[in-house]
Amino acid sequence: MGWTLAEKVWDDHVVRRAEGEPDLLFIDLHLLHEVTSPQAFDGLRQNARPVRRLDLTIATEDHNTPTIDIDKPIADPVSRAQLETLRKNCAEFGVRLHPLGDVEQGVVHVVGPQLGLTQPGTTVVCGDSHTSTHGAFGALAFGIGTSQVEHVLATQTLPLARPKTMAITVEGELPDGVTAKDLILAIIAKIGTGGGQGYILEYRGSAVENLSMEARMTICNMSIEAGARAGMIAPDRTTFDYLQGRDHAPQGADWDAAVAYWQTLRTDDDAVFDAEVFINASELSPFVTWGTNPGQGAPLSANVPDPASYEDASERLAAENALEYMGLTAGQALRDINVDTVFVGSCTNGRIEDLRAAAEILDGRKVARGVRMLVVPGSVRVALQAVEEGLNKVFTEAGAEWRHAGCSMCLGMNPDQLAPGERSASTSNRNFEGRQGKGGRTHLVSPQVAAATAVLGHLASPADLSDADARTPAGAR
Amino acid sequence: MEAFTTHTGRAVPLRRSNVDTDQIIPAHWLKKVTRDGFEDGLFEAWRKDDAFVLNRPERKGATVLVAGPDFGTGSSREHAVWALQNYGFKTVISSRFADIFRGNSLKNGLLTVVLPQETVERLWQLTETDPTAEITVDLVAREVRADGITAEFELDENARWRLLEGLDDISLTLQNEADIAAYEASRPAFKPRTIQA
Ligand code: SF4
Repeated sequence: MGWTLAEKVWDDHVVRRAEGEPDLLFIDLHLLHEVTSPQAFDGLRQNARPVRRLDLTIATEDHNTPTIDIDKPIADPVSRAQLETLRKNCAEFGVRLHPLGDVEQGVVHVVGPQLGLTQPGTTVVCGDSHTSTHGAFGALAFGIGTSQVEHVLATQTLPLARPKTMAITVEGELPDGVTAKDLILAIIAKIGTGGGQGYILEYRGSAVENLSMEARMTICNMSIEAGARAGMIAPDRTTFDYLQGRDHAPQGADWDAAVAYWQTLRTDDDAVFDAEVFINASELSPFVTWGTNPGQGAPLSANVPDPASYEDASERLAAENALEYMGLTAGQALRDINVDTVFVGSCTNGRIEDLRAAAEILDGRKVARGVRMLVVPGSVRVALQAVEEGLNKVFTEAGAEWRHAGCSMCLGMNPDQLAPGERSASTSNRNFEGRQGKGGRTHLVSPQVAAATAVLGHLASPADLSDADARTPAGAR
Repeated sequence: MEAFTTHTGRAVPLRRSNVDTDQIIPAHWLKKVTRDGFEDGLFEAWRKDDAFVLNRPERKGATVLVAGPDFGTGSSREHAVWALQNYGFKTVISSRFADIFRGNSLKNGLLTVVLPQETVERLWQLTETDPTAEITVDLVAREVRADGITAEFELDENARWRLLEGLDDISLTLQNEADIAAYEASRPAFKPRTIQA
C-alpha cells in the first residue's frame, strides 16, 4: 500500500521511533514572534540551555505592532515591553530578528514563505495556530504551544504522535467571483470546527491544483479552524515557480536536487486516507459567517439560520448564543446585515493578490458613508509591492485607510479594534466573541466580498455592485 | 512540571460548546511575559455577568471544570492553560478537546479528561443539582468517580507516565542527543537555513 503526502514528510523527519512512545520529529524551520516566546526563552535561561539551531530559527514582530506612527515609541507600555523582551531575547541568544521598521517585518506566516524559507517537504513550527498556512507548499506545518517552543529551541525536535490523514478533494471549477476563502469557509461549515480534529488534511483535486500559491495559503491557513493539526497541498510547478529565485530558495545544483525530491512528494495512487471528503467546486458561491465560530457560515445569498432547525442540542445552543452575541435574528437575509468596519488583512488574506482583488473592486468607487475600511498589508514587502502597483492610492482615494504591516485587527492586540457592538466584515480567520475587540461582531469574508461590502455598507459580493456605485468614472482619477 | 496522580474537588459545570481560547483568555492578556498572574483574565468577558457560573458563590474554590464539546479550539496560546491553572483548576473534563490545547495542558500538568457526552451530561446534572458534589479524577486507575457515576477514560500510556512522574519533556528528549546529531548529519544540503552557518 502506498503512502500519503503527510506520511512521507512525517517519515522523512523521524529522528527516533520506539514502541509505545511518540515519534521524535526533526524540525526544519522554527518561526518566532513576540507573544508566545518570552516564557520559552525564560525556560532556556533557567536551565542554562542554548538555542540548538540558530540557523533554523527566525523571529519577527507582528501581533502587537501598531499600524500607524510606527516611527514613534509604542504607546501601550505592555505591548512595548513584550516587543522589547523579544528583542532582548533574540540579541541574547543570537536569533535572527526582523523588528518593526525592518523591510522583512510582517505577519510571521507571510514572512516565511516570501523569504523562500517555507519549502516542500520541510517541517515548520511556530507558536501560533495558523502555522498551518505553510502546508500550502507541501510542508508539514503546525502550531505549537509555548512549552513546545522551548522544546524546539532547546532540541530542534518535538515528540509527536502521528495524526490520521483526511483527504479533502475539490473537483471542478470555482465559479466566477468564488475564491479560496469561500472554498475554505464552505469546507469548515461542512465538516465543522471539530471535523478535522486529530487529522492532517490534504487538499487535492483539480480545483486545488488550479489555485495560485497565495490562494493555497489562504486554504491551508484555516485548516486549524476545522480543528485539524495541519493542512497540506502537494507541491507542483506552481510551488516551484513561486519559490525559484527567492532569498532562501536553493540554488544551482541544490535547486535541482531539491526539485527532484519535491517531485516525490505526492500521495501515491494506492495510498489510503483515514477519512475522505468530496466537494464540488462548481456548486460554491461567496460564503460568509453569521456566527461566532468559523463553522457557522452560509452562502451570502442565504438567511441567518434558525437555531431551532439544528437537531444536535449543543449546536442549537451554540447557534442561539451566537445569534444573541451577533445581534442577529433568525431568517434575516445575510445581505441585509450592515457593517461599521471592513478589515482587509491578516495571514489569511493580507497578501498581494488579496490586495489586488480588493483594489480592483474599489477602483473608481467609494467606501460607503459611515463605514471605516482598514487595509493592512501582511508584510512590509507586500506593502512595498502594493505601493509600486499604486494599490495604496486606489484604497485611499476610495476612502479606506492604508496602514502599516502586522496582525492588526485580526486579533486587536494593537490599537486597531472594534468598539463594543460594532460589526465588521473581515478577511481574517476567526469570528470568535471579542476577537477583534471587546463586544465586536465579526463576519468572515473574502477580500472581494470585503471590498463590495465596504462600497455598499452591507454584506455584499462584487456581483451586487452596479455601475452606479462607481461615483467617479473609471480612469478619471 | 507538577505530577498528577489523583485529584478530588468540586466542579464548575460549563454548559457551552466550542469554548475557544480567545474566551478562555482574551488576547490583551497575552502581552504578559510570565507564566503566572492570568487568573483574572480567565473567561474575562463572561465573568462580567454575575450570573455566569464561575461567579456563583457556591462555585468558589472549585477545581474541576466540566465543559461542553470542542473545548480549547482556536489559538495555540498556552496562556489558556496557565489561566485555568492560575485560577485553581487541576483538571478539565469534556467530550472533545482541540488538539493543541490538549497537548499544551498535558505539558503543564493540567489533566484533560475525555468522557462521552452522556457522562458529561450526568456530571453536569449532578453538580448543578448539588454544588457541593465532588468529582474524583484518578489517573492511576484512569477513572472519574462521582456520586453514582464511575467512568473510565483513556490516555495514551506515554503521556500518562509523564504526568504521573511529572517529567520534563526537554530533559527526556536530550537523552537522545546521539540520535538527533545523527539525523542532523544526514540532512540534505538543499534544506533551508535562516542564517548561513
Ligand atoms: S494575522 Fe491573525 S491569525 Fe495571523 S498570525 Fe496574526 S493574529 Fe494570528
